[in-house]
Amino acid sequence: MRYAETGFNLEVDLTRGNVERVATDPALTETYLGGLGTNAKILWDRVPPEADPFSEENLLIFGTGLLCGTPATGANRTIVSTFSPQTQLMAFSMMGGFWAPELKFAGYDKVVLRGRSPDLVYLWIHNDRVEIRDASHLAGKGSLETAEQIRRELKEPKAQVASIGLAGENRVLFASIEQGRSSASRAGIGAVMGDKRVKAIAVRGTKDVNIARPEPFLELCKEVLAYIQWREDHPIKGVIPILAVLGSPQEMAIHDEKWHTENFSWGNARVRRRDFWNDEIAKQWTDTLEGSRSRLISCYNCPLRCGGTLSLPGLQTYMMKCFSKLTYTMAAFSDLEFGLTIAQKATEYGVDGYTAPQTMAFALELLENGILTEKDFPGMPEDTEGRFFWLLDRIVRREGIGDVLADGTHWAAKKIGKGAEAYAHNNIKKHEQLPLKLGMLNPVYYLMYCTGEKINITQIEGQFPQAAFPKREHREKFVKDWFQVPDEKFKRYFLEWEPRGEKSNPNYPDAQAACDIVDWQERMHYIDDALGICAGVSSFHLKPPYHIHNLPKFVTAGTGIQMDEEALTAVANRNRNLIRAINIRRGMRRKDEKPPEDHWKKRFPELESDLLSAYYRYKGWNLQGIPTHGSLKKLGLGYVSEDFAKRGIPADDDAGEASPAEAAAGEETT
Amino acid sequence: METTVQAPKKTKIIKTIHINVDECNGCRACEMICSAFHAEPKYSSSNPARSRIRVIRDPMRDLYIPVYAGEYTPAECAGRDRYTIDGKAYDECAFCRASCPSRAEFKEPDSGLPLKCDMCESDPPLDQPMCVEWCLTDALTYEEREEEVEAEEEEEAMDEMEAGLESLVSRFGLKKVMDGLARMSKRNP
Repeated sequence: MRYAETGFNLEVDLTRGNVERVATDPALTETYLGGLGTNAKILWDRVPPEADPFSEENLLIFGTGLLCGTPATGANRTIVSTFSPQTQLMAFSMMGGFWAPELKFAGYDKVVLRGRSPDLVYLWIHNDRVEIRDASHLAGKGSLETAEQIRRELKEPKAQVASIGLAGENRVLFASIEQGRSSASRAGIGAVMGDKRVKAIAVRGTKDVNIARPEPFLELCKEVLAYIQWREDHPIKGVIPILAVLGSPQEMAIHDEKWHTENFSWGNARVRRRDFWNDEIAKQWTDTLEGSRSRLISCYNCPLRCGGTLSLPGLQTYMMKCFSKLTYTMAAFSDLEFGLTIAQKATEYGVDGYTAPQTMAFALELLENGILTEKDFPGMPEDTEGRFFWLLDRIVRREGIGDVLADGTHWAAKKIGKGAEAYAHNNIKKHEQLPLKLGMLNPVYYLMYCTGEKINITQIEGQFPQAAFPKREHREKFVKDWFQVPDEKFKRYFLEWEPRGEKSNPNYPDAQAACDIVDWQERMHYIDDALGICAGVSSFHLKPPYHIHNLPKFVTAGTGIQMDEEALTAVANRNRNLIRAINIRRGMRRKDEKPPEDHWKKRFPELESDLLSAYYRYKGWNLQGIPTHGSLKKLGLGYVSEDFAKRGIPADDDAGEASPAEAAAGEETT
Repeated sequence: METTVQAPKKTKIIKTIHINVDECNGCRACEMICSAFHAEPKYSSSNPARSRIRVIRDPMRDLYIPVYAGEYTPAECAGRDRYTIDGKAYDECAFCRASCPSRAEFKEPDSGLPLKCDMCESDPPLDQPMCVEWCLTDALTYEEREEEVEAEEEEEAMDEMEAGLESLVSRFGLKKVMDGLARMSKRNP
């Protein structure tokens, strides 16, 4: 018997309309766990590196985390993996909600889509019965509207539906996959689903998910629940509201937005409004949220209420989570009511809540600066809010200027030319970032921005405070009950970290400390992404209930696979290196690993270069950022090493050290 | 002088789960842990479809109602009910706790056998049912109180096995079930 996982994947050949239930190799689970790890293995094995993301060769994998469907709190993530049409690299966006557990209960760990359907279809998975059904009547429908209609026509109110809206159908490069209160939004995976002509996947399952060692597993779950309760009652002092309590974060519950509105930039990630927040705005925004929010809601098997059901006048109800609450508001220099109103449309259309508003603000900035002209926007209203609605409609339909903008700021700027590239200023690896513009370089964040394979800061940061605490006594208080650290040295790093002076940014944390801190933070994300645990109860947070000391026990008790801290760290490293290898094989190199140029005002090119080199070495990569033959073999990734050798990818230790030619071949690959 | 002979008073424990639907976040942890607790061996599997509690959950209409499985009934009601509360319409028979031939709720997904909430009866007894323990949002809270009851009022509730047998009998007829039992006892003496 297989434990925690089902041991079966659904392989769907959309071109031929064939569906197969395929038993998976248990050895792969031991090597990569599940979720992101095994998704990556499939992509490495089966998608050639030269494959166009919009081609039949590309796969779209809906993977459940290894612990999804077990009693482990917050283990509900669906890890969607494919190749991104925007970054051209591996994309692994994830969503919470209810879909992954339901797929497990239907008897599958993953749904692997390949090929391309001749017509628009949806998949209906009901235990052993799987159908590819006509979806022509759903064409153009909103994502939530589609889910509702599918549940109605199947007469299955309990079916969980992941769907795309118009943006996905029209292959907008920042289209999302929506699912109830969650979405997998980043890097255009909804566009790949649209390219495959799959409107939705509906799932209903009524089978068991088994646990290898039931009593110990349940004890672990109880400890996690008790700690969650304790953290709810004891918010962390001295940090911003969303980090004080657990959650993904709990944006729908929190009214105090002083930190976001004054520290994040408005418009096209340009303007900081340091005195924005006042009592009047606080009251107005509180009234808006309280007036439209009917309930705070959660994902499967999680007590944290990070989501909200919102009903605005004259609009269909929708569900919202996280920072999309403010991205439209801030991009348009507007208020919360506008933000929540346009987010309803954006959710139905299915677009990413970071990239979409940023792209629209970018377009208006180009107009303001004469790079685009009124002629490019025929019929656009005068007011900014009206313009955002108008632009969103054009983008998801790919009409006129919308067709250009639908490729995101990087590609749109290239197409527009005339200096537009300077306005696509907030990207890493062609992908729009949170609108953060800060003063002094932070060495830990520098490394995370450069090397985070998911290209989204919230999916690599966590565990370690984002800024130094002002007073030593506060720091001492903070480390007192910090049992989550993998090693006592992390307490020392934090205690010694000062806001000013010698031991402050950018020189401290120094290279060694910065490497250790980044490595710990990303390790925890890679573990979560394999197990399907939400970062909101785990890797994103300070002092989370899941940590390196109890996660190996969860794996052992849940699956029967013997795991300890060292072995789990090894799996995380293996998965991390495999994903890097996939991207290396697609051409990613050191030259691509840089934060937006204006992310910090104070930059230190030499220090940054040293930091990056130190981190590469720390990870067992050469100075090009390529995992070396030696470290690949040590991780059990000998097949990657062989493939690198065959393709002439320079994976020797000293590659990149004495080859300025390659380092200077700095033009981005297209 | 007359004397009245009082029937001896007996007390029984009334176990109440308070359901506050306003606090329900729709996470279905209650369904999950119920199915795990009742798995054999305990906690060896989880499967909300086997749970003795179900959350009616329809976010688009803001419906969130945890409902517990009650008695098995061999025949459906003569009519059906459909509630509208605060302008929100609920499905037919939504609040009904019965495991009933007219619908799939509160039945084992494989066998179709009826399920019934037993308040997580166990030895030694739990402080509170597992669904309540797992509900950190306090949509479910638990209370026990003692009440005096007339001795003769009590009627032995059908235990789980009997309820199961009864449903099999109503489905296949008494003779078939007895034949089946006889065959099984021959195979496994």
